[in-house]
Order: sequence, then C-alpha cells, then structure tokens
Amino acid sequence: MNEQYDIVIIGAGPAGMAAAKLCGSTGASTLLLDEQSGPGGQIYRGIENPAIVDPNILGSDYYKGTELAEGLRQASIDYRPGAKVWQVSSDNATDKEVSFSEGGIVHIVSAKRIIIATGAQERPFPLPGWTLSGVMNAGAAQILLKTSAIAAENAVFIGSGPLLYLIVRQYLLAGVPIKAVIDTNPLSNYLRAAPYLINGLSEYKTLVKGQRWIKEIKKSGVPFINGVKELRLSGSESVESVEYTTGGEWNKLDTDNVFLHQGVVPSVNLTMSMRCTHKWCNTQLCWCVVTDAWCETDIAGVFVAGDGATIVGAIAAEHLGTIAALGALHQLGLLDEVGRDSQAESHRKVLLKGFGFRKFLDRLFQPPRQFRIPKYGDTVVCRCEEVTAGKIREIIKLGCTNPNQMKAFSRCGMGPCQGRFCGLTVSEMISQELELPVQKVGYYRIRRPVKPVLLGELGRFKIKELEPVKIGDHCGEILK
Amino acid sequence: MFKAIDDKGIKALVSIKVDGNSYDVTGGETVASAMLQLGFNNLRNTPVKGKARSAFCMMGVCFDCLVVVDGLSDQQACMTAVQEGMDIKRQKGSAELFSLSDISREVIK
Repeated sequence: MNEQYDIVIIGAGPAGMAAAKLCGSTGASTLLLDEQSGPGGQIYRGIENPAIVDPNILGSDYYKGTELAEGLRQASIDYRPGAKVWQVSSDNATDKEVSFSEGGIVHIVSAKRIIIATGAQERPFPLPGWTLSGVMNAGAAQILLKTSAIAAENAVFIGSGPLLYLIVRQYLLAGVPIKAVIDTNPLSNYLRAAPYLINGLSEYKTLVKGQRWIKEIKKSGVPFINGVKELRLSGSESVESVEYTTGGEWNKLDTDNVFLHQGVVPSVNLTMSMRCTHKWCNTQLCWCVVTDAWCETDIAGVFVAGDGATIVGAIAAEHLGTIAALGALHQLGLLDEVGRDSQAESHRKVLLKGFGFRKFLDRLFQPPRQFRIPKYGDTVVCRCEEVTAGKIREIIKLGCTNPNQMKAFSRCGMGPCQGRFCGLTVSEMISQELELPVQKVGYYRIRRPVKPVLLGELGRFKIKELEPVKIGDHCGEILK
Repeated sequence: MFKAIDDKGIKALVSIKVDGNSYDVTGGETVASAMLQLGFNNLRNTPVKGKARSAFCMMGVCFDCLVVVDGLSDQQACMTAVQEGMDIKRQKGSAELFSLSDISREVIK
C-alpha cells in the first residue's frame, strides 16, 4: 500500500467495482477500500463464494455480480477488503485524507480524488416491537441466505418493494416454508404511479418480471395479506406474534421471525460528515447528496456514485461508477474531454432508460406515512438509546425544532449507529409536528469518526512528520 | 430459528466458545450467523433498559449485534468472522473497559 493515491474508492459494490476496473486500466494509482471481507457490496454479497450451490435460488440477477468481481480482481489496483473507513477529510482543497482501520491498525492515505460508493441501507421501519429479537430487516435474511445458506422457517415478511418480493421468492425456491407476506403498499400508490407507467415501459421486461414474482408468491399458497393499516409486533424478549388490521379488525399471526422491508435509502453518514450538500428528496423520502453530471459533489474532487447518492439500483450504480471514474480521470489529466465524453455516452443511454423506470418505481413503492412515522408513544424510534416516539413528541412540544436539539435533549441518535436507524424518522416527525418541510428541519450534524474506532487503534498509529513542539512557541501564541 | 437449507455446500468446521460452552461451527461465517444457527435468540442486552437484542441488519449498520470477542466488548457480530478458538460472550449492557492490569500487560509487551 502506498501513502498517496490518485484515486481512492470507498465501497466494493457495483459502483465501486466498476469504477475500480476503469481506474485500474488507465494507470491511475487506485486504492479500493471496503468494509466487507469480499467484493460485491450488499446486492452481490458473497458473490465470489456463494454459500448456495443451486444458482436458481438466488437468480440470474445476482450472478451478474460475478463479472464485476472478476473485473475488480484483474484490475491493477490496491484492493483492501476488511477496511473500515471512518474519516475522509477534505479540509485541504487539493489532497484529501482517508482514515481507515484494518485488523485493529489505523492507516491514513492521501488521495487526489475520492469516489464514494458506500451504497444504501434499508429504511427504518419503526413499528411497535421492531426491536425484539427475531425481528430483522428482510435484507439481513437475504444476506444470511447468500453468505451462509441459512433460512428461518415460518417467518412473516412485512413491507413492500422489489427487494421484499425477491427475497420471498428466493425463500420459496429454496423450499423454506413462509408463514405469510404482509404487503403494506397502499392502493393509492398504484394511482400515484400510474401516470409514470409510460416511463416505466422502457423497462417492460423488469415490470413483467416483478409481476411474475408476485404471481408466483400468491400461487405458492403463502397467505398474501393486503390493505394493512396498522401493525404491531409482540413478544417478551423475542418476537412471538404479528398483529395487523385489515378493514378495521385486528388479526394475529404467531411466528418466531419477522422480516421487515420498506425500501432502501442512501447511506449518508460519510458524505454528511464531510459537509457535502444534501437535499431532501420528496419522492424517495430520504436525503440525497447533490452531485453533477459526473457524480461530483460540491466539494471539488469528491465523487459519489450509485445508491450512496440517490437510489438508482444495482445496474445504474455500475454505470454511475464508471461515469464518476471518467470524471475523476479527466480531472487528473489521464483522459481528455473528448475521450471522457465519448466513453460516457453509452453509459448515459442506459441510465436515461433506467431513470424513467425509477420514477415509476419510486412512486409505486413509496412507503406510507403510518409506517414511517410511529403512531403510538411507546414505539422505539432510536434503537441504540431506546428513545420512544412519545419522548420525541414531548420534546417537540417543549419547543425543539431540529434533530440536533433532539439529540441534546433525548440522546436520540447518539448511540453507536449514529442515527442510521432513527435519523429519517426524527426529521420526519419534527416536520410533521411543526408542519415544516423536512428540508427545513434538516438532519443530525454527523461527525467524524463515522464508525467507532478504539482509542488503542488510534494510540498505535504513528504520525510520521510530527514537528517537535517547543513550549516557548505556545507561550508566544498565548501572549499575542 | 435459522437452519441450513439443504443446498448448503460442506465447509470445514471451527471450534468456538459462546458464554463458556464449546461449539463446532462452519468456518468463514460471521459470529452473528453462527450464533443464530446455534439457536441464540439474544446476542446482547441493551445498556439503557436491559432489553434483549439480536442481529438486525447483518451489514454493519445498526450495531444491534454487539458481543464480546476475546475479551473485547462492542464487537459487531455480523462483521466478525468466526475463528478457531474464538471466545465469544453475549454482551450484558455497556461495554466493559479493559482493567488496568490488562493495560499494563499490553504496555509490558
């Protein structure tokens, strides 16, 4: 590993892998850092070594990642898996510094350009009882299927969106019995999305595929429950049952495992900590970092590609990764403007086609308000500090107007996840209570380090060129 | 409970300890995955209210699967691979700090 790189890429999902492949082919000195033990990100998690032997279970979309991972392995770059990036500083206008931990050792490298491809996480689903053991994100269930070939029988899947239906289908193909699927997508979403269907037709194959999945799930005999207005998970320590209302009546399902999913949102902690400008997206209902046509943020030389900027899906992420790399390489003088633009053209065409479909999808699966903003006071909003919706509303009534005040008054967002599973809920709750746009309410002020670092790790790090400090100098400063 | 689906390829086993008891688990898996398969419903109790928690996101984001690995608290079970001889404990409440004697031993090393 060097101490200096032309380009440092963070994240080895589709965007990061595509960017790395291109950067490697141009002779730019490139470092790819990723927290996981192998390439793939979450969508292609464990792609080099899937635990499942039968490729039909995960489906052909998953194995598209194989080619990307091979491209990455063949690229002449430094690829470091198991590297946890906890700080990127862009205080110096030219070179940026990336700090990361790897096996308990801290490293700091400098980079001329940074491509952030840290992807997405599942949206918080703050239901009563969502903190009980046995309740997981549906994406977590899928990760266990991909990396360990394990599954839980008779689970209840709750939520909406393509990923939920995909995982249910994978469970069915693996022969795992499912207790029920509770679809939380409201009928009104179909009406809202209908005018955008014309955009969606560009990807009619995907549309047909989605329809087929839902049909398959329904045909399999798994109860598929629609029109749910309220949901409650109960149990003493672990989850024991799911209660839901349809048509004003409460129903109950007994289960040991509940898998939740209502879409994914960009992982913004790193870009927020760097103070890149973010905007609230009223369609995707999340914070999106502002980027230009080359995925560059308002901090010069810092690019964000893929779901880490705006939710675009795996295929678009791959193309955006390439576009970000083209932008960075051009800035470094490794690619002229004509070369950059011509190489980007085919990728932009794919993106354009996909974006129309995305507009449709975003509206079709927009999670309903009652599952984003908890109704009951005893529902936990901040999982880490165990702050309830009731406490948050109480503090808003006392005059709290933004998420940072909320932190100070309640410790909400101050636990180890650093707001990743409560931030959206808190911003939206304040927005609702005070009738202010979420953009105005804002978000937590995310600070570095964005992942926990041990003091011991920092203690073992040696700064090379630390000038010896003369006490006299300090006195001089103070006397001034 | 999480169980292997029939399709699972056979991998080598490693021996780990959870709360003092020994288990053989599949090598290369995460601590969280291994513990779920062993039937541990709860991985920790929260520092604030002492509530039971288990793995939630499996991708290093939620910090709900914190366990004690080889004496070190606050380790994400979903981000840590099992290793031969690993000593895992379910975390009760807040992280335990190293005792002074542990630190001095480190320094002497």
